[in-house]
Amino acid sequence: MEPIDSSLVDWSRAQFALTAMYHWLFVPLTLGLGVVMAIMETLYVRTGREFWKRTARFWMKLFGINFAMGVATGIILEFEFGTNWSNYSWFVGDIFGAPLAIEGILAFFMESTFIAVMYFGWNKVSKRAHLASTWLTIIGATLSAWWILVANAWMQHPVGMEFNPDTVRNEMVDFAAVAFSPVAVVKFCHTVTSSWVLGAVFVVGVSCWYLLRGQHREFALSSIRVAAWFGLAASLLTAHTGHLSGRDIALYQPMKLAAAEGLYAGGTEQGLVLGGILRPGADWTAGTDDERFLLKVELPYALSYLATHDLHGYVPGIRNLLEGGYKLPDGSVALSAEEMMKRGRVAIDALAVYRSTENPEEKAAALTTLRQNFPWFGYGYLKSPRELVPPVPLTFYSFRIMVMLGGYFIVLFAGLLLLGQRVTRWKPVQLAVVLTIPLAWLASQAGWVVAEVGRQPWSIQGLLPNVAAISRLDTGSVQTTFFIFLVLFTLLLVAELSIMGKAIATGPEPEST
Amino acid sequence: MNDISFYQEYWWFLISLLGALLVFLMFVQGGQSLIWTLGRTEEQRRMLLLATGRKWELTFTTLVTFGGAFFASFPLFYSTSFGGAYWVWVLILLCFVVQAVSYEFQLKRGNVLGTTTYRIFLLLNGILGPLLIGTAVGTFFTGAEFVVNKAAVANPAMPVISYWASSWHGLEAALVPQNLMLGMSVLLLTRVLACLYFAGNIADEALRENCRRRLPLESGFFLLFFLTWLVRWLLSTGFAYMPDSGLVYLSPYKYLNNLLEMPSVLTLLLVGVLLVLGGMAGGMLGKRRAFWSAGAGAVLTVLALLLCAGWNHTAYYPSVTSLQSSLTIANSSSGIFTLKTMSVVSLIIPFVLTYIVWAWRALDKAPITPQEVREEH
Repeated sequence: MEPIDSSLVDWSRAQFALTAMYHWLFVPLTLGLGVVMAIMETLYVRTGREFWKRTARFWMKLFGINFAMGVATGIILEFEFGTNWSNYSWFVGDIFGAPLAIEGILAFFMESTFIAVMYFGWNKVSKRAHLASTWLTIIGATLSAWWILVANAWMQHPVGMEFNPDTVRNEMVDFAAVAFSPVAVVKFCHTVTSSWVLGAVFVVGVSCWYLLRGQHREFALSSIRVAAWFGLAASLLTAHTGHLSGRDIALYQPMKLAAAEGLYAGGTEQGLVLGGILRPGADWTAGTDDERFLLKVELPYALSYLATHDLHGYVPGIRNLLEGGYKLPDGSVALSAEEMMKRGRVAIDALAVYRSTENPEEKAAALTTLRQNFPWFGYGYLKSPRELVPPVPLTFYSFRIMVMLGGYFIVLFAGLLLLGQRVTRWKPVQLAVVLTIPLAWLASQAGWVVAEVGRQPWSIQGLLPNVAAISRLDTGSVQTTFFIFLVLFTLLLVAELSIMGKAIATGPEPEST
Repeated sequence: MNDISFYQEYWWFLISLLGALLVFLMFVQGGQSLIWTLGRTEEQRRMLLLATGRKWELTFTTLVTFGGAFFASFPLFYSTSFGGAYWVWVLILLCFVVQAVSYEFQLKRGNVLGTTTYRIFLLLNGILGPLLIGTAVGTFFTGAEFVVNKAAVANPAMPVISYWASSWHGLEAALVPQNLMLGMSVLLLTRVLACLYFAGNIADEALRENCRRRLPLESGFFLLFFLTWLVRWLLSTGFAYMPDSGLVYLSPYKYLNNLLEMPSVLTLLLVGVLLVLGGMAGGMLGKRRAFWSAGAGAVLTVLALLLCAGWNHTAYYPSVTSLQSSLTIANSSSGIFTLKTMSVVSLIIPFVLTYIVWAWRALDKAPITPQEVREEH
């Protein structure tokens, strides 16, 4: 039997990344813009002013254009777990499938039912029923985010399951631990609030574009006021949940933290790199503790505090994580990567014996060995400790882009609120806000790059590496579908941007209607 | 209730019900495939698209939920079929990707691809979606070319537990006439349902007349394909398994025997077929509510067929390459904890159905008029 072709793993990853990144162009705008338009419709129902109805309907029009693309790219993602990651689907399907099914039953039906009422029901249901439909559409979308992020959080920090050697898979034993894992809660809050930030940036950006052109003044100022308050609150929440997320990463994915910080040799009293330039071509998987930065600005003690809530806390670097030997928070000593791989192979071999032998004593002994070494099961599929190091530059720079832009958005929203109506006189500010629109997407994508690239080589942290998670296909098939998706999504994105641009240029409905 | 077989049968019922609802809701696809056949003028085409445009999301969501529920309850199917019959599933997905944007984009200003392009997308989705899904489901009865070996997990060089034995990765299913006949039956059924839906929900006499005229032709072809498939299916050798050992074996007249051994399923099938026939006849006689009769019939018929595929110790996804690799509800399901947990979640389904009915009625209480179409755009 031929071993797995590494290019198949790479192309399967590329295809999933492509689909996920395209999908994530549309989802955060759905989540963010959805709340803004629902607030505006609420203002319409409460005040009875037609102005708010026109305002809500305008943002709804843009929401609809964007929503369609989110749906189109989302369906591929769900089924790719089966088409391209079939071994994953069996190995953890007992746990991972449940959130996806619940997402469909609880969230997708709510979203898809009420969005039809939202768009087609203006003259068919009462004002309040319509408002309820709008809120239920966005609640449905947010619930959908909850369940998919529960699934993603479980991949980052698997909990609530046990390995069953008879079925050769992991099985759920604690649903609450999966659905309400602290990592899932933090991930959901961070992702949704950052999506609200993106939605708010979009609204203030488009509104400032109208101000620049001297159009729809009242509409633009009202939209800025609502979106800036919303955006400021969301930005602060994003910063807070980001901090909590950092703590989770330090606890459960220390290699991701080390990569995001460019920390090769760890220690106590570690500073947080505020900005820096990595030495090109540096080997992050081996070597001495030579300086791997060309330039860096550090906030002393901050990384130790972030990771351990202690200014003098110990933070392992990449080398420490590979070599082991340092003290873990529970008092035990960290194993080296080589040792974990060795134990992983013992676990896999024990599984093979358990599956093949008919002798009850051998079976029992194999089961004991398997259970003792199961925590390192996934490491048994790796060939070299180097595989455990994610791409450091990509993770490092993405992290900095996300954090810096997050800080900038707080300043932006606060500034817009301070300026109030005076923003109409500040053309450079208006222009800056318009130019900020793509930065919101950059920050959002960078966040996912940190989350997903930073956890390589794992499909499920510590349990299943990518190489053991894929479908057995020929690389050519995956390459072909990669390019089909690339061309199709790009074409549809161009179409979407063009339609969105025209809709913005047309502006809200005239007052007479 | 700690017997896993109860939950396996319950979840097979839910999967079958979702599949049946999906076939019914694919009247949207049937309608798309008839845009140019029924809509002689631009206004008529817009009315047709407005009618299906209010419902496409429900069909789409049912498909996604069907996938999610299958993943949660029978992950080995998800793993084996999606990862193996790669090209069939990718083609089905592509059909639905282009549908998702077409309703929203087709008439918008700045539409760089042009209205016709999106309508071609809808036509493609309308024809290929039901045809491919029907053909893929055909393999539930005729079998597919895969091998499952769970012990492979213990082989670090090649830990993938299932693989497809044909390099066509699922496309070979289209070469089996019985599969194609089921695919054609599903396509034609969706077109029949679409004619009935349009006739009952669009207040345009010329369009209603077009639907009425089209109905006998679509119904005739549907009956030809479906009844041929049904007779061959009843006489075919099926794939059974021994409940104690799990051993899969070939069983002559398995599906006929399933119906005889499960009278309630046989009743569902007979009532379903009669309701479909009644709906067709009602539609031809100009009855506005004929859609609901045919729709309910379609749900019951498909439900009965899918129950026959998985219940009564039947292998629902047989392997023609390695008989013992065949998937049954017993060997491919999630564990009892997951099935129980999901069963609790499934109790919310009646609530979901209630609000879907409310929204459906709210939007469909008055038929679509040419005036409404002019206002929409």
